[in-house]
Amino acid sequence: MAIPKVLGIETEYGIIVRGAAESNPIAASSTLINAYLTTLEQGLGGHRTQRVGWDFQDESPGIDARGEALLLSLAPEVETHLVNAVLTNGARYYVDHAHPEFSCPETADALSAVRFDRAGEEVLVRSMAAARSFLPDGEEIVVYKNNSDGKGNSYGCHENYLVDRAVPFGRIVLHATVHLVTRQVFTGSGKVGTETPLSDPDRVPFQLTQRADFFEEEVGLETTLKRPIINTRDEPHADAQKYRRLHVIAGDANMSETATLLKLGTTALVLAMLEDDEIGPAVGLARPVPAMHQVSRDLTLRAPLELDDHTTATALELQFGLLELAETYAARHGLEVLGPPEVGSAVLSGWRSVLEGLEVGPDEVADRVDWAAKRRLFEAYRDRHDIGWDDPRLRAMDLQYHDLRPDSSLSRRVGLRSVVTQEEVERAVTEPPDDTRAFFRGACLAKFSHDIVAANWDSIVFDTGESALHRVPMLEPSRGTRAHVGELIDRSATAQELIELLGR
Amino acid sequence: MEEVPPSSEAGDRIKADIDDLLDEIDEVLESNAEDFVKSYIQKGGE
Repeated sequence: MAIPKVLGIETEYGIIVRGAAESNPIAASSTLINAYLTTLEQGLGGHRTQRVGWDFQDESPGIDARGEALLLSLAPEVETHLVNAVLTNGARYYVDHAHPEFSCPETADALSAVRFDRAGEEVLVRSMAAARSFLPDGEEIVVYKNNSDGKGNSYGCHENYLVDRAVPFGRIVLHATVHLVTRQVFTGSGKVGTETPLSDPDRVPFQLTQRADFFEEEVGLETTLKRPIINTRDEPHADAQKYRRLHVIAGDANMSETATLLKLGTTALVLAMLEDDEIGPAVGLARPVPAMHQVSRDLTLRAPLELDDHTTATALELQFGLLELAETYAARHGLEVLGPPEVGSAVLSGWRSVLEGLEVGPDEVADRVDWAAKRRLFEAYRDRHDIGWDDPRLRAMDLQYHDLRPDSSLSRRVGLRSVVTQEEVERAVTEPPDDTRAFFRGACLAKFSHDIVAANWDSIVFDTGESALHRVPMLEPSRGTRAHVGELIDRSATAQELIELLGR
Repeated sequence: MEEVPPSSEAGDRIKADIDDLLDEIDEVLESNAEDFVKSYIQKGGE
């Protein structure tokens, strides 16, 4: 039986300081996040309530955090000087390498994940506004939700899916690779040019994805170099006997909410089909890495890919094949693993609709697929100004599509359809999802932040004034929901009371 | 790059929308595209 697909999305944002002679991206990222946290604190009467740090205990694989444990030391010294906050919506907001990163709380379905991904954008927008008062006149921090600077440097938008550990990893590799390579036809955010050293830029004026250029391996542990299509990081942040967390690094950050919904929803569905062994014959791509590049560069969507049974199929044909298997699977098993019924049906019908649209042509899906929206805009601009793809104005627009400032963002102007409301997004800025352990994390932080020393994905450490700290483990991502603990948190006047109630 | 077949439906209306959009974005586009593109440098991440 497939397990509920708890999932999450984490985004590293591009960052620049406008008006500064030179700038340090790590300092700028810290300023940005600190400015946001300071604004939150001012709103709460000046208390440093939001400065609950991240607990790095979690970052060492193999540690069993079950049961109450004495915690004698906090995070390793080396990282603690960088901002690393846990928010009341259950998210982690921190400086990762030289970028601000927003890791959404765990969500129980893809639509909820879209809400929190958009809430992440909103947090970054508010952070940019807050940072103005910390910068000299004439300087402004600007963030971009993209994955490349156009000069060979990439930063990620990662997805995480809870998978039953009983599924052999080799089967995940085979089937997930086919999906990750071919789903690019609707997950791509589009990019002018190419960043692969050996390719001729004239031959790749525009491609489907930001990221494909950076993938060099089929399977591996790396994320920053020699990037693999399937990442093998085995850190479940949950009960490792039962679960695997598939960490997907092969996607683009999307401005289109529909693209994010389908990226997460279809991938979760493919993994559920794998768990139930309903994924069809084991035919893989003969050469996944060249296929990844090829799909990204083929705007016709008609170039055949070699399969390992010596036949060929196009990316669209392979996607239709997966979709049809998914439709059969849905008829047989239902789609409860994807969350509420409306989410499963939105994913399945949205998937079909976008593939059928792509079969006609990209303009059909320009209201849902980022690369198609970008391409339509850039072609019209080229037409009006009679310029080639190498014109710097197109590269500037390519960046500005992902500019998060509402007044400058091009993606806000191209007619992309919304799937969540602004009210839902604003609620998700401060409130956690009800239906995963992120509820417990966020609700505790909102009510008991003075008594929380640190938190991470699978535990919270309380200091209630006793001699020992209390670590409350959260190894089941689907527990700690509002239904499980909402009433207990409401009833508890103090963290001590809550811990006592939880222990009963 | 190979030509992508034109969309069949509602083509005129979409073209009019795009024209409006192009008028609108001219006002928000980066004023010095070349300098902006050059200055947009990121460190790799992840």
